[in-house]
Amino acid sequence: MLESNQHSIFQTINAASPIDKVGVEERVARFQTRSIKDDAKAQGLKMVLSMIDLTTLEGKDTPGKVKQMCFKAHHLHDLHPNLPQVAAVCVYPSMVAIAKQALKGTSVKIASVATAFPSGQSNLEIKLADVKLAVDSGADEIDMVISRGKFLSGEYNFVFDEIAMIKEACGVARLKVILETGELCTLDNVRKASDIAMYAGADFIKTSTGKIQPAATMQVTYTMLLAIKDYFEATGKMIGMKPAGGISTSKLALHNLVMVNEILGPNWLHNKWFRFGASSLANDVLMQLLKLESGSYQSPNYFTLD
Amino acid sequence: MSNLEVLKTYKLYIGGAFPRTESGRFYAPVSNQGEVLGNICLSSRKDLRNAVVAARKAQGPWEERSAFNRSQILYRIAELFSDRKEIFLKEFQKQGSSPEEAVLEFSTTLDRIVYYAGWCDKYNQVLSSVNSVNSSHFNFSTCEPMGIVALIAPQNTALIGLVSLILPALAGGNTLVALASETLPISAISFAEVLNDSDVPAGVINILTGKQDEIAPIMASHMDINALISSDLGSIENQIAEACIDNLKRKFTYTEDFNQPESQGLTFIADLQEIKTTWHPIENIGGSTSTY
Repeated sequence: MLESNQHSIFQTINAASPIDKVGVEERVARFQTRSIKDDAKAQGLKMVLSMIDLTTLEGKDTPGKVKQMCFKAHHLHDLHPNLPQVAAVCVYPSMVAIAKQALKGTSVKIASVATAFPSGQSNLEIKLADVKLAVDSGADEIDMVISRGKFLSGEYNFVFDEIAMIKEACGVARLKVILETGELCTLDNVRKASDIAMYAGADFIKTSTGKIQPAATMQVTYTMLLAIKDYFEATGKMIGMKPAGGISTSKLALHNLVMVNEILGPNWLHNKWFRFGASSLANDVLMQLLKLESGSYQSPNYFTLD
Repeated sequence: MSNLEVLKTYKLYIGGAFPRTESGRFYAPVSNQGEVLGNICLSSRKDLRNAVVAARKAQGPWEERSAFNRSQILYRIAELFSDRKEIFLKEFQKQGSSPEEAVLEFSTTLDRIVYYAGWCDKYNQVLSSVNSVNSSHFNFSTCEPMGIVALIAPQNTALIGLVSLILPALAGGNTLVALASETLPISAISFAEVLNDSDVPAGVINILTGKQDEIAPIMASHMDINALISSDLGSIENQIAEACIDNLKRKFTYTEDFNQPESQGLTFIADLQEIKTTWHPIENIGGSTSTY
């Protein structure tokens, strides 16, 4: 199936014009100068909360830590009524079953990283088994990493086929493809990897693992959003976007929403199509929301320790 | 050769840098001789917020430095301050002091810095105690810094009031966000330059300029500020005291004349310390078989 289509797909992928880095920087700078008034800010901040994938991806994760995070996912700040839940929690495959148990009866989704996260340095068999473990344990979403080494050596077919096979293994789970843009070196590569991921079957494209710097810079997210726009115009299919890593302040999150709205439009302003991968963003947003309400600047002392 | 006079821009001191106020506002205080002191930044609430973020970041590392090291750093402030005597004398006189008053304020300030530098590694021994309790516990109390201290500098002095309240807070391991005297602000910023050139880590002291009526209420209601110290705030005193309640901020008002050599002491350090008492279970304290 792939072989007959591949020629035309790769023509499309290679057809994207080169990225003008200086132009991107200027455009991105303009998203950061919008004046957002208090009412809009409060709504925007609540939207940010509803789009967060609350994340813990550490070697030292324990069932206790995961349970605590799951509790937080649907009790963001009990002293403040009318807060949304976060969109999902994001954990390692070994923690999916624990998260599933902890989130029973809530609408919070479970995302699991897989495919030898974060490096992706393993063979296909093991990557598929990793995905199977996560899916069988109850993950609703799979965050896979692409093989950056293969990508950078020009083996685009390999990367494409791998994503397609992982997608097949996901079944009904939605697939987020992590490009790890910090290792792709140029925005042209980011664009190319985005196109490969989308044509290979990604439901979401995601910037980073959070383990490599730089992670979700606005320049990179901008480039990926444009790729999503072009893909939508070519195929009519909506693809989700997930910047992850380095978005820890409300201000930056709001800038990202402004950017999504201006490039993709309001249809993407929903947690079905846009997510933030973050661990410390939620508390900052909560602090800003309470500041708007009370008029006083807040202290981290009165929010959860994650 | 050029005879062009280049005027200094007085800016804020936040997180070890000298930014202008984000609000872009300024005011031009006038000395009692009618001379305009300069265009001074009129800080906004966002400048205060940024200063508190910088202070919070600096708090842990400053507190964890050894007391002796803090003492060395405070002494280093005195060294650099002493080195810039001419600048400060000129500024004091520009702000309305007579030459004699200027020399006196300078020397009192210098003495005060050295005085508190000496206290850094001693106050904890004096304020701490081993307590007798009627159970098998080794019970002791020690000092811990309160955290971020907001300081509203006395209005009537250019520097001695500010320094007399900054130094004891620093000696005790606190970080500070200070608002300079509204009418006499320029020496405070020159002092920030001294701090920046000494070994005080970025963010440990942050100095703003602007209107007391604007900044003081925001300081008082800020949940991440742990104490607020000032001279008498006059008509806004009660309003400020009420706003401090939300996070149980410690509030101290000092009415001393800081020009006097005796307006210093351990009490200024002690006011900004929390006392932590530890109950350590042991057998038979004080008995012949006790290992304590």
